[in-house]
Amino acid sequence: MNEILEILSENARATPAEIAALMARSEEDVAREIKELEDAGVIRKYVTLINWEKLDKSYVFAVLELKVALQRKTGYDAVAERIARFSEVESVRLISGDHDLSVTVRGNSMKEIAYFVAEKIAPLEGVQSTCTHFILKSYKEHGVILTDKPRPQRLVITP
Amino acid sequence: MKQSLKNVSLPAWNCEAHLNRTVRDMPPSGIRKFFDLVSEMEGAISLGVGEPDFVTPWHVREACIYSLESGNTHYTSNKGMPELRQAICDQVKKSSGLDYDPAEQILITTGVSEAVDLAFRATLNPGDEAIVPEPCYVAYTPDIVLAGGVARAAPTRLENEFRLQPEDVSAAITEKTRALLLSYPNNPTGAIMTRADLEELADVVVEHDLLVISDEVYAELTYSGSHVSFAQLEGMQERTVILNGLSKSHAMTGWRIGYALGDPALVGAMTKVHQYTMLCAPTMAQVAALEALQKGEEEMQQMRHEYNLRRRMFVSGLNRIGLDCFEPRGAFYAFPSVRAWGLSSETFAERLLHEQKVAVVPGNVFGTSGEGFLRCSYATSREELIEALDRIETFLSGL
Repeated sequence: MNEILEILSENARATPAEIAALMARSEEDVAREIKELEDAGVIRKYVTLINWEKLDKSYVFAVLELKVALQRKTGYDAVAERIARFSEVESVRLISGDHDLSVTVRGNSMKEIAYFVAEKIAPLEGVQSTCTHFILKSYKEHGVILTDKPRPQRLVITP
Repeated sequence: MKQSLKNVSLPAWNCEAHLNRTVRDMPPSGIRKFFDLVSEMEGAISLGVGEPDFVTPWHVREACIYSLESGNTHYTSNKGMPELRQAICDQVKKSSGLDYDPAEQILITTGVSEAVDLAFRATLNPGDEAIVPEPCYVAYTPDIVLAGGVARAAPTRLENEFRLQPEDVSAAITEKTRALLLSYPNNPTGAIMTRADLEELADVVVEHDLLVISDEVYAELTYSGSHVSFAQLEGMQERTVILNGLSKSHAMTGWRIGYALGDPALVGAMTKVHQYTMLCAPTMAQVAALEALQKGEEEMQQMRHEYNLRRRMFVSGLNRIGLDCFEPRGAFYAFPSVRAWGLSSETFAERLLHEQKVAVVPGNVFGTSGEGFLRCSYATSREELIEALDRIETFLSGL
């Protein structure tokens, strides 16, 4: 795996200088490679992982499972890309199993999401059925356990 | 009755007089003083910790929990669980090409510390001498003394990147020398010994018919090339006892699982002492160790990779701010020199702690040849390492 990507995937704020020190390479070298990765579309965005549940007022998230009628020429792509355009939609994935598309949606209330599904997603041509699962609590996101308790401490000095 | 008891004056109990003289006269570890200082300080960054900052991977902990739920709470064989002995022998064969018979040539111990103790106790007669390269881990010399032996230090030096030189071994040899201890990759220096370095020692070892006790607990944390054991040299396997464990490689310090590999007669002798003192290593920890060996390769590689990233960043950082440091190729320690700053290791470390709240261990704690150096562990998070470098830089600018 690309070492720069591994480092950035853990910490999007790592600077080229910091990455260069970790890899024993020059800063210019690392900066150039990051630029290339950005230009090639490998690096798409630098994001912050937020535990929204820590806030008093938070968003509501839902996972939609969609069954889709296959279209002769475009397969799943046409309907999936259409769904992806809505700003409420956070992710769209083609999955194996009982359903075809798995869609995560963010809204301000359950009602807002329910209307969004009823008005925007369910009526789409090709969408045969929808099943909405509201997320009640998130335990782990992007490899980070959100419910972690403080770790036991090591002794401060050991031989 | 009460009355008469009150009138009897008992002679004062003097506990000191009942202590073993060797134990009573043994100085406490030099690390103790720093431990107390750091413990009382709020907001200190400690680079003094000699263990991984990673928690044991979950699947290993889970295997142990499952084993406890199943009621696996009995003794194991004195030598350790047969499956674990087999798994270790298989792994050693794979990594070094060395064959060891799981029935007779391996003993599972309660941490490598026990294995070190057993190796000296099983081999030294009263007055026998063992050579200990310094600077080194703090337990070897006390273990030798407790076994009735005498420790002879062989200094290692910065100009050789702290690799042990044959002439320094020769200089420490007397007619009473029986054993040579090797401890590479090294705590506290981070030095390693290449195959060529070891081959130069082999001549001295054979000439004086020495047993080699090789503590290789940091073997898996080697960052350039792969670790070479003295036992891998031609004809040296028989006279070498390898001591290793899972503490550092698999982030399992608290589990206390180590092992010894060697000649059946020596392993048998060590097993005898182990049988009468420890009986067996904790069963639950042996179960966890088996899981770690069988399914923990990937996490081990990931941890080594992370140490390596930190090593590059931290060592170049030390050199940048003015603490000269040779490149440590193993373990997770950097051993920078403070000689250019005109302070002793201890004064430097104490002032750094008081003025900038960074804890390091003065090199002289690990032997007189460690004077002028500091042991800095990079088994701590990148953020802390960066902050520590900043603070050390500030400290240096005030000197």
